Amino acid sequence: MINVIYRLTAPKMFEEVYSEIDINKDVIVRPTYLSICKADQRYYQGTRSTEVLDSKLPMALIHEGISKIVKDNTGTFEVGDNVVMIPNTPTEDDKIIKANYLPSSKFRGSGFDGYTCDLITLKSDRLIKIPDSFNLMLSSFIELISVTYQAICSFENISISRKNRIGVWGDGAVGYLTALLLTYMYPDSEICVFGKHFENLNMFSFVDNVYKTNKVPDRLTVDHAFECVGSQASQSAINQIIDIINPQGSIMLLGVSEYPVPINTRLVLEKGLTLTGISRSEREDFEGVINLINDNQSIFKYLEKLVADVIDVSSVDDLKSAFDKDSINGFGKTVLKWNK
Amino acid sequence: MIFAAILAGGIGSRMGNADMPKQFLMLGEKPVLIHTIEKFAIIDELEKIIVLTPKSFLKHTKDLIYKYLKDNDKIVVIEGGATRNDTILNSINYIKENFEIDDDSIILTHDAVRPFVTYKIIQDNILAAKEFGACDTLIPATDTIVKSKDGIAISSIPIRSECYQGQTPQSFKINKLYSLINKLSDEEKAILTDAAKIFVLKDEKVVLVDGEATNIKITYPYDLKLANTILEGSKND
Repeated sequence: MINVIYRLTAPKMFEEVYSEIDINKDVIVRPTYLSICKADQRYYQGTRSTEVLDSKLPMALIHEGISKIVKDNTGTFEVGDNVVMIPNTPTEDDKIIKANYLPSSKFRGSGFDGYTCDLITLKSDRLIKIPDSFNLMLSSFIELISVTYQAICSFENISISRKNRIGVWGDGAVGYLTALLLTYMYPDSEICVFGKHFENLNMFSFVDNVYKTNKVPDRLTVDHAFECVGSQASQSAINQIIDIINPQGSIMLLGVSEYPVPINTRLVLEKGLTLTGISRSEREDFEGVINLINDNQSIFKYLEKLVADVIDVSSVDDLKSAFDKDSINGFGKTVLKWNK
Repeated sequence: MIFAAILAGGIGSRMGNADMPKQFLMLGEKPVLIHTIEKFAIIDELEKIIVLTPKSFLKHTKDLIYKYLKDNDKIVVIEGGATRNDTILNSINYIKENFEIDDDSIILTHDAVRPFVTYKIIQDNILAAKEFGACDTLIPATDTIVKSKDGIAISSIPIRSECYQGQTPQSFKINKLYSLINKLSDEEKAILTDAAKIFVLKDEKVVLVDGEATNIKITYPYDLKLANTILEGSKND
């Protein structure tokens, strides 16, 4: 069947293209709510390197979102079921390395088409049914939450048992979600957030303490830290963490930087720190998030605060204007109600 | 109940010297008609997809569907009529003979030669026909529309912002459409070029559904070339 895909062909330029999908294979879904990620915005604004843009575009953006089942050739879902889509698409089975870290895995919206399409075909294991009680608009964040969930699960596996105080660096969406999940998954730990913007830090009403990074009390230490800053500010954030963290602490790195980041390795060695990189997520992380939210529906109350804008997209111009508006959002995420 | 009628009754007199009616010509690796049927084949709400085709192509159409479409239980091929409205009437008669429909049952009528119709347009038609009883898929006119009664001189130029170009699907409540067709006079039947006009002639409301510029009708050889180029385009990226 002829399908319509809305691809970014060059920075700030979308184009409709038509390609065939097999209606008798896998599961066909219709996107309903999508949300814009910083990675999408970097393609749209053209802030990735020319080599990267040349190799990845044209490509449909967006890898965070939910959809409705249109036709299921596998018998897994009912037509009309609301499902969350898993953007990571493994091409091999590896018993040791997680599929989201395998170089052979494909990732939607990064190298192959994302979700801005009339219809999408996915393997049934790339879809998970969303419970009926879930707010669909907020469920478009499940992918992003699954990355922070994955970070916390990896942290649990590698970190030493003392977890009296856990610090989260970064007052954006990733920092918000990481801190939020930590409060539910480590209720006995003191969760502190370190950020630059006081108005953003004010949004973290659920944590024990917030600190501006230039006003951290002298004697304050953390047992572990999650870095959710990224870009050029990564350097100062990671080095501040290295200064503040207690020996044998774990530092989970979630922030994406386009540049190599110099860090104080002397102190890393002295303190015996563990630095772990976190990127993307896999099916078990999505399932973990859905179970966590299902058991703690109050999480939705906090997710509502993360919605900066909901934009009805029924034309390519709407899609463009959604990206333009998103680029000037101070805090929170832009949700697209997909009507194209 | 919801039905789709794929109108493949035309013999394609405008399609150059091609022997085949235009709906049977190849677009990429499949006939145009198959691409169009596929768009409706994935719509779960549809009770039946009725493909109306010229009598001489009945077997050919059935063979194509058998060859290209795996799940074809929902598809039936019947003979079209001499005019577009006769063809639609044939589909309604088929529905009435084979199903117990009520006043809320609707039919989506679609040109077999519009394979680029989107899932969204079809869903919007279902919603609009359910709510308002009749709808037509349109796009705002980009060229100025000029009216000429004698084909020699302009008789009027309508305001462009009030003009739209008609596409399909056109969707209706079946019983309402049936009763309006039966009320048409011979003079009214003579000027009918599309089904929405039946409603308009009888002062019945037809709401607008947004179409797409790319929901083109493959009428001329150029259109098929364009359609193949559009489809090939994605492969070259």
